[in-house]
Amino acid sequence: MTLAVPESPDMEDIESFRLRARDWLKRNMPPAPDPALEIPDEERWARARKLQGALYEGGFAGLCYPREYGGQGLSLQYQKVFTEESLPYEMPIVFNIPTLSICLPTILELGTEQQKKQHINDVLCGREVLVEFLSEPHSGSDLAGVLTRAERDGEKWVINGSKIWTSHAYVGDVAMCLARTDWDAPKHRGLTMFLVPVRSPGITIRRIRQVNGKSEFCEEFFDNVVLGPEAVLGEVNGGWAVATRRFYYSRSAWGRGNPYISGDHELSQAQSKGIDYGGYQSLAALAREVQGPSARAPDAVVDTYVNQTVRDLMARRVIEGVESGAMPPEAASMVRLFHAQIDWLSVDARLEVAGSHAVTGPNPENSGIGSVGETFLIRQATSLGGGTTEMARNGISERVLGMPRDVASDLNISFKEARKIFTENRKRK
Amino acid sequence: MDLNLTSDQQLFRAATRKFLEREATTVRIRELTEAKIGFERSYWQTASELGWTSLLVPEEMDGGSISGRPLADLAIVAEEAGQFAAPGPLAVTNAVIAGLLNVEGAKAHAGVIGEIASGAAVATWAVYEPGKGWDPFEPTATATRFEGGFRLNCVKDRVEVGDQADLFLVGARLDGELCQFLVRADAPGVRVDKMWSLDFTRHFATVTFDNVAVPRKALVEDARTAIEYQCQTLFALQCAETCGATARVFDMALEWAFDRYAFGRSLASYQAIKHRFADMKTWLEAMHAITVGAIRSVQDRADTASKISRVASIYVARKSVEIMQDCVQIHGGIGVTWEYDLHIFLRRATVNRALYGTPEEQRSALSALLAY
Repeated sequence: MTLAVPESPDMEDIESFRLRARDWLKRNMPPAPDPALEIPDEERWARARKLQGALYEGGFAGLCYPREYGGQGLSLQYQKVFTEESLPYEMPIVFNIPTLSICLPTILELGTEQQKKQHINDVLCGREVLVEFLSEPHSGSDLAGVLTRAERDGEKWVINGSKIWTSHAYVGDVAMCLARTDWDAPKHRGLTMFLVPVRSPGITIRRIRQVNGKSEFCEEFFDNVVLGPEAVLGEVNGGWAVATRRFYYSRSAWGRGNPYISGDHELSQAQSKGIDYGGYQSLAALAREVQGPSARAPDAVVDTYVNQTVRDLMARRVIEGVESGAMPPEAASMVRLFHAQIDWLSVDARLEVAGSHAVTGPNPENSGIGSVGETFLIRQATSLGGGTTEMARNGISERVLGMPRDVASDLNISFKEARKIFTENRKRK
Repeated sequence: MDLNLTSDQQLFRAATRKFLEREATTVRIRELTEAKIGFERSYWQTASELGWTSLLVPEEMDGGSISGRPLADLAIVAEEAGQFAAPGPLAVTNAVIAGLLNVEGAKAHAGVIGEIASGAAVATWAVYEPGKGWDPFEPTATATRFEGGFRLNCVKDRVEVGDQADLFLVGARLDGELCQFLVRADAPGVRVDKMWSLDFTRHFATVTFDNVAVPRKALVEDARTAIEYQCQTLFALQCAETCGATARVFDMALEWAFDRYAFGRSLASYQAIKHRFADMKTWLEAMHAITVGAIRSVQDRADTASKISRVASIYVARKSVEIMQDCVQIHGGIGVTWEYDLHIFLRRATVNRALYGTPEEQRSALSALLAY
């Protein structure tokens, strides 16, 4: 299955759409903020909700979502045009991942009519932010090993357990939460996906402080959280199928081919600085700041330009390949892997250019260029979040190249039994 | 490589492959190597009839493309040629054609273009000068005027198919201005000395132009524009060829990994091996993506073509040999033997990496082009 984008025959001509969008954006959206400006997280989200609401009012929210759920029913081409026109303006970028590009498409594909009506509309008008309760302290990449349990209590479900690595849970309204509903079934067949109101009684959220001092990730604890039957997304014990689709949307969100992403932060920044291509320009600015002006870009800047140009074309190729059926869905893992590899190189290039400024500077309060050093400390985050690069490599080798799967002992026995065996065997020989 | 080939282009690719399967087997390449022959003229003649030298040429000059996008069509040939490490000066000859076609007064060269397109004449670009790296816009060669035209006194080396070419496109200064001249190999004063080559069939020569008289009509105007087109065409086609060669080696290694048994299981089942294949496959797709991007931008004459074609050149050159060496590693000892065919492709990729701009030289060129 691919990203289902409606083709409506009565669509407005693309050029008149462009002009209409241009005119509307000019009258309704604030200019893109200075990239150097550090906006506090809470304020950023409040602004984003307002801007998303403005897009909705103007008829420019959810361009590729069906009309009957509050979208515009347009094709990817229109979304691309809108994004191009939006570059000079502030956009609710934070809504893109995971709300608009991962969670909502999953709900659109697998949700009940009621879930689609409610969530798609609420998101598009800026009232609802979706987050994901997936990883757990005991299982990260091996998502199917989750231990958070949902037990039936009459019509209701009662959830107990904990989740971790949730991005921005503190601003979220509803979470997609994977829980175990059948311990006698094998690992992948006893899971159910729930839509959980983030501020339900019994949920405690704690923010995790990262090595760079920021706290965008959270962990959550569930203490007898009660949900109604309408909270189930997909089938009971069919949670893995939902997670699989969620993975697909997540992988495609890395490239520039996901039709539900509106606006482009990188390109917007590049344009605001009058530079022709996204990505390398902040490194170029850093190089001028550190090394003084020169006629030619240093090697590190050129290499970054090369890598980021290749990355963007690569992402587009794979997403198009998957859409057309020329590549299997798992090929999207190549985008995920490549993105992480290029990100590494970009972070390293910044460290190289910044030199000692990355680790010390004159102002005791403000690290300035030192943010390069702090970013370096958290370099691996891009290779970890949303499934590690090792998982991506497994997927590529097994599902794209057809190489044999590694032996796993927990696939065809009950999860309860698998846990028992694991506990007995965990002692090092 | 291009995921969006038309049905005509797919047929064309199949026909190209059929020809190569017949004429460019590794057995044949080894025979040519033993005989110290770069390529046979009859082979080049047939290749020309299949379109190798006429796709870029407009119909009014007796050429014609498959899809209306000639460089994209030609890239199909280049990729297939790479899959076979095929003999013949595909990229450089077409670079010369691209240069001749993209100048004012291209019609004046219609006769020569026709000769090249038909396969009757083999053209090459004499661009390198002894002791200098890749610097196509700054030749030190000079030409002087005389009544009948011009006189050329210079030495060019690393001239691809220099030993078999009929025509040399030569960059030189005339009254301080950058110029190009189309010089016939049989003109008095032209001397060709064969050079050593790492590639089995891609040969090089030093060509000395000793007071060679060049007629007035052999001056190719608009040198700067022409040379940029020559560069872009060459980079794009060379990348396509390298993509083909790398994909071939990758497939060889993957097949090997499935067939080779070690410690009771196939090599392909080890995660340590699988992860390397995942990386290589990802990089290979990236090579394809940037190459297709370069071909499209050059074909469309996009403003970005000068940059994207050089980005492709840098990325493809670097990654191709990195992937191939890892494929050698996965093969084990057989990967470094003469009898195993892998090195035929590694030779081609290594030559492509080094020629018409190394990644290091291209990086410097790109640096000057970036808005910094």
